[in-house]
Amino acid sequence: MNMNINMKMKAAVVVFPDSNGDRDAKRAIETLGIPVRFVWHKESSIEDFDLIVLPGGFTFGDYLRTGAIARYSPVMEEVVRQAKRGAKVLGICNGFQILTEAGLLPGVLLRNRGLLFLGRDVWLRVENNATPFTSAYAQHQVIRLPIAHGDGNYYIDDEGYKRLEGEGRIVFRYCLPNGVAPNGVAPNGVAPNGVAPNGIAPNGAKGDVAGIVNEEGNVLGLMPHPERLVEPILGGQDGRGVFESLLNAVCGRVN
Amino acid sequence: MPYQAKVTVMFRKSILDPQGAAVERALKAHSEGIDISSVRVGKVIELMVDGPGPDIVEEKVKVLADRILANPVMEEYTVQVESLS
Repeated sequence: MNMNINMKMKAAVVVFPDSNGDRDAKRAIETLGIPVRFVWHKESSIEDFDLIVLPGGFTFGDYLRTGAIARYSPVMEEVVRQAKRGAKVLGICNGFQILTEAGLLPGVLLRNRGLLFLGRDVWLRVENNATPFTSAYAQHQVIRLPIAHGDGNYYIDDEGYKRLEGEGRIVFRYCLPNGVAPNGVAPNGVAPNGVAPNGIAPNGAKGDVAGIVNEEGNVLGLMPHPERLVEPILGGQDGRGVFESLLNAVCGRVN
Repeated sequence: MPYQAKVTVMFRKSILDPQGAAVERALKAHSEGIDISSVRVGKVIELMVDGPGPDIVEEKVKVLADRILANPVMEEYTVQVESLS
């Protein structure tokens, strides 16, 4: 891998009060030789980045709603500006919740259906590998990533869901280890009657949705944690593809 | 002029409220002989506002409720304004 080319990519990880995935995200990106700067949420003017990560955590104690307060941090105006400019924005877990509150992604993350906080590994199917976040995966590849959230129950009205589905913007779905949902809905998640499948998402997410992109395809939010599974010493590398894809999207194929 | 505004935020009827369902089960276990159903859990936010009149205060608080205190994707809200003078 050509580290010199990778050094040209500029990545930021935003740090909010009660972020807890910030260091993991920074390290995950750095394993690919990409320099990362921590950006404090109070910064209202930042240099242009190729990638901005909103990490996991429980910003502002999850008060009011998850992500509802962080969404008004000064840095968010910059995140919106750079997203409009075409920068890649990756919201992981609480970062996904912040992106929906900020209106960069549609829908909302409700309390888990069973009310319990869920911390465990889940299986995911890559539903669209033609995005800057998933090109390193095969279409319909099944990967394993950890989740750690109390509010991951993705909800959007039926019209919005059909739109996401139709535009290929559902990027990750929860699935069984063999890639199939128990109700036989596979591989594109559309049930025979055209409605969202009532599937196996541990949190109750509509249509088993685990991650979506915006209309332009440069903003991804997902509940599972790819940054926690990029090195073999941590038990696997299934999350590495997200960061490899981003590197390829920004710098071209370099490895 | 001082006013107190009270914003009540509830899940939309179409949204499953698992917390309300859990509370309903607990209430039914101690029902005091009455029939209980449709329990939903929301939140109440109180704020003091100094403004020129109740209508303007209500209008401004509604803007803030829509933007910050509630997420219209999943919640609806009501605003009550009371004069404190």
